[in-house]
Amino acid sequence: MEELIKVVDKNGLIIAFILVGLLTWLTDLFSKKILDSKIPGSAIAIFLALVFGYLGGVWAEGENGLADLKWFKGLALLGGSMFRDFAIVATAIGASFVLIRKSGILGLISLVLGIAVFFLAGVGLAWAWGYRDAISLCTIGAGACTYIVGPVTGGALGASSEVIALSIGTGVVKTIAVTILTPIFAKKIGLDSPSAAMAFGGIMGTSSGVAAGLAATDPKLVPYGAVTATFYTGLGCLVCPSLFYLLLESLF
Amino acid sequence: MIKGLALLSCAFVLGMWTGELLGTWLGIRANVGGVGFAMLFLILTKEYFVKKGWWKVEMEFGMEFWNKLYIPVVIAMAASLNVKSAISSGPLAIFAGIVPVILAFVVFRFLIKSSKVS
Repeated sequence: MEELIKVVDKNGLIIAFILVGLLTWLTDLFSKKILDSKIPGSAIAIFLALVFGYLGGVWAEGENGLADLKWFKGLALLGGSMFRDFAIVATAIGASFVLIRKSGILGLISLVLGIAVFFLAGVGLAWAWGYRDAISLCTIGAGACTYIVGPVTGGALGASSEVIALSIGTGVVKTIAVTILTPIFAKKIGLDSPSAAMAFGGIMGTSSGVAAGLAATDPKLVPYGAVTATFYTGLGCLVCPSLFYLLLESLF
Repeated sequence: MIKGLALLSCAFVLGMWTGELLGTWLGIRANVGGVGFAMLFLILTKEYFVKKGWWKVEMEFGMEFWNKLYIPVVIAMAASLNVKSAISSGPLAIFAGIVPVILAFVVFRFLIKSSKVS
């Protein structure tokens, strides 16, 4: 037993392959046999992974969900930003440049629209909650964009650590919400073509959420959504602590 | 196989570098569109290679593996998100995380409809 623990401890990434493979195998089987393939296995797997992430957070009381438990620490490496970004870039191999160029303008419009919608809605909710100072409002609004824009904005403006934590929490909830809701609403909102996926990536912005949501909807759409979503966080970090903050400051 | 993987990695590093440079140039502490640039570099390189006749099926295999690994990576990512603190950071975080998403779905539907009309 001691030897096994040593092997598991040393080979976290390999253990992560086993864990994810096992989960995918089980959810695929469940999707096929019990749900008649109505919900894709990957969507169930991603949802279950979120549940495990929650449980991991409860058990280990760390910041990386299930990956804080010793046996599962390889998940943080496999699901970390390096592998995530690398795999997203690799999906581009199935994308067509002609299609991306054709929908470039739509993607650009959706980016600007997306940041404005999330920021305004976030500020509105924070205001309704009783926050009145421009710095806190701006930080929470930025958190509603992504969990990176929030702390970057809060840090730049000098927001309190409590507000910054809140903005990160908001951003993570957004990622989870997009992941779960995208496959549910995809058909209703007309998310069925590469150009629609580009607009979707621009509006939703959270790279992880968009990529996970599209993966559960239709893996072919992933590269198109990712190519616009990747600009969202950068654009958000650019306008939230500057332009948007100045606008808020003049109002409050 | 490794040639394809090396090509993918080159596109990745160049894209990330471009994103960092753009971030520095704009004066913000973030990578601006690194993944997007990397994807464009990869697509353009592939088209150039195909045109020149240098592209081999074997090269695509090295990239295809990572392309397919994408969903497992997302699953691992979901399991290592800080779900607990997101939920326990208070009702405002949950509202401000979910309500704008629903709003954005409505905006998206409107945008897609209007772009199809025009």
